[in-house]
Amino acid sequence: MDIIELFLESLGTLTLNKMRTGLAMLGVVIGIGSVIALISLGQASQKMIESQIQSLGSNLLTVSPGSQSNGSVRGAAGSGTSLTLADAEAIETSTAVTTIESVSPEVSTRAQVIAGRNNTNTQVIGVTPAYANVHKFTVEQGNFITQQDVSGSRKVAVLGPQTAVDLFGEGVSPIGQSIRVNNVSLTVIGITTSKGGSGFFNQDDTIFVPLTVAQKQLVGSTHLTSIALEAKSAEVMTRAQDEVGYLLLERHKLTDPTEADFSIFSQNDILSTATQATSTFTSLLGGIAAISLLVGGIGIMNIMLVTVTERTREIGLRKSLGAKKKIVVAQFLIEAIVLTSIGGLIGVVVGVTASYVISTLLSLPFALSFPAIGLAIGVSGITGVVFGWYPAQKAANLQPIEALRYE
Amino acid sequence: MSEIISVNEVKKIYSVGGQEIAALDGVSFTIQKGEFVAIMGPSGSGKSTLMHLLGALDTPSSGTYTLDNQDVSAMSDDQLAEIRNHKIGFIFQAFNLLPRTTALKNVSLPMMYAGIPKTERQKKATHFLELVGLKDRLQNTSSQLSGGQQQRVAIARALTMSPSILLADEPTGNLPTNQSFEIMSIFQQLNEEGHTVIMITHEPDIAAHAKRVITLRDGKIIKDQLNKKRAVRKHSK
Repeated sequence: MDIIELFLESLGTLTLNKMRTGLAMLGVVIGIGSVIALISLGQASQKMIESQIQSLGSNLLTVSPGSQSNGSVRGAAGSGTSLTLADAEAIETSTAVTTIESVSPEVSTRAQVIAGRNNTNTQVIGVTPAYANVHKFTVEQGNFITQQDVSGSRKVAVLGPQTAVDLFGEGVSPIGQSIRVNNVSLTVIGITTSKGGSGFFNQDDTIFVPLTVAQKQLVGSTHLTSIALEAKSAEVMTRAQDEVGYLLLERHKLTDPTEADFSIFSQNDILSTATQATSTFTSLLGGIAAISLLVGGIGIMNIMLVTVTERTREIGLRKSLGAKKKIVVAQFLIEAIVLTSIGGLIGVVVGVTASYVISTLLSLPFALSFPAIGLAIGVSGITGVVFGWYPAQKAANLQPIEALRYE
Repeated sequence: MSEIISVNEVKKIYSVGGQEIAALDGVSFTIQKGEFVAIMGPSGSGKSTLMHLLGALDTPSSGTYTLDNQDVSAMSDDQLAEIRNHKIGFIFQAFNLLPRTTALKNVSLPMMYAGIPKTERQKKATHFLELVGLKDRLQNTSSQLSGGQQQRVAIARALTMSPSILLADEPTGNLPTNQSFEIMSIFQQLNEEGHTVIMITHEPDIAAHAKRVITLRDGKIIKDQLNKKRAVRKHSK
């Protein structure tokens, strides 16, 4: 009696009681389905966060001013005033720094922006032309801030596409129009290309102004909020971090790196932190889903045990006609495996559909995790073996006389 | 005639609540090839226990049982399964066909366990179902057959592996009289064709169809004699 015949036998038996087979499968369907849906969703959000961080610029290092220490009271990181334009220029010109491609000193603030009858609250960033390069911004219309704009403190602004729509409405070109930021009138000279994103990461809802304008007119201070640096390549990121670090320590007359009044973090740091967080989240979701799979497996075991009891006479008959133990074990195991595998396959379909629907609704990228699908099918098969084993053994160890007598 | 069954001083002892009860208490007999033996006795006489031992469904507590020159007394579960498959054709009181399964498939079952290829199984199963007069019922499931027809399917199933003995346990116990006699005439015909038939029954008029009657009481043989006034029925297919 070969395996194909046993398989066909099991299929035959399973189709005899469709209702029960369906219900037993349902547990596995839900288990596998939720594992796949949740892992896919987790990976989709991970992907989204990664691509958004990546879109901030490549090989990006950010220098932030350290928190202000006043006795034992320590302010929030980034609130310090330790970075100046001179620091940025030093990084650019110093011979000790060999690994930096471009330097973008930045001052950012939030401000109420008015254009005609519309107004919005958005982020205003004072930049130099290097900003576009470091952060991978391109303009869709007009021009970005130029060196002349910065040195001449020209009252111009470049809008993010979201801000442009907020202030001027859809389909209207704001180039040449004027906006008011903190009572300073600025002429719009360009619109950046959309980078996508939402919430905290929305880079489309921003206004860029010349650094000098931001410092003098909007913030009223000569400090920088941050200096963004683009390293020459991904390989020299660590070296660049060190070079800039030592240069700034020297400039700030500090000897102990632990006393640094600034901090440098690379985009990789942010990326790995974010990735870590989302993958923890993904495993958490997967873990919860795995519990439902376990419950599904126990459901299968329960059904198989009922089946063994119900089919005691049949098992006795089969044994009296010459079925050996391993044949009986194989028959019941295959039944359980067929049950869980079909359940698993349906679960994959359900899970993929569910994650597609949900990611569409939440406008997340649709990420199909093939390892997760493979794993889920494998796990469903193993569930069959694990939870079918005991009932199968129970069936095989029935004594034919007892089994035949069973009513 | 050659000896096909040899039972020697067989005892089967069950312990019920610490008390030992001998269901069989030293039974010895031999059966030759081609015999038609009825084993009789009231309930509790040990005839079911004897049937289980002869059918290799159980092993004796002591004594030996030789079937077709093989000592069955001390075999493992899987060896017993092999003996049941190849040497014994069972016919049960309750027919014991697989429910919702066709006659053809039911008859094929022992051959499936013996590893006979499917085409040959189909051919043989069809042949034996024709032999018991169920040519038109190959694809009928058990519930679509009368009791007598079901028992004939069971007989066809018992014959498929060309067993050394046909072992029938109250084969007519669940049948009305006319169908009972039909089944008995099939047994008689099979016996005439050379099959060794052993039948457990408590009905004297069923036992009357056998050539030899062994009577048990309290686990011992009290009578073992040839049946002189044998009832003979002609099997009509």
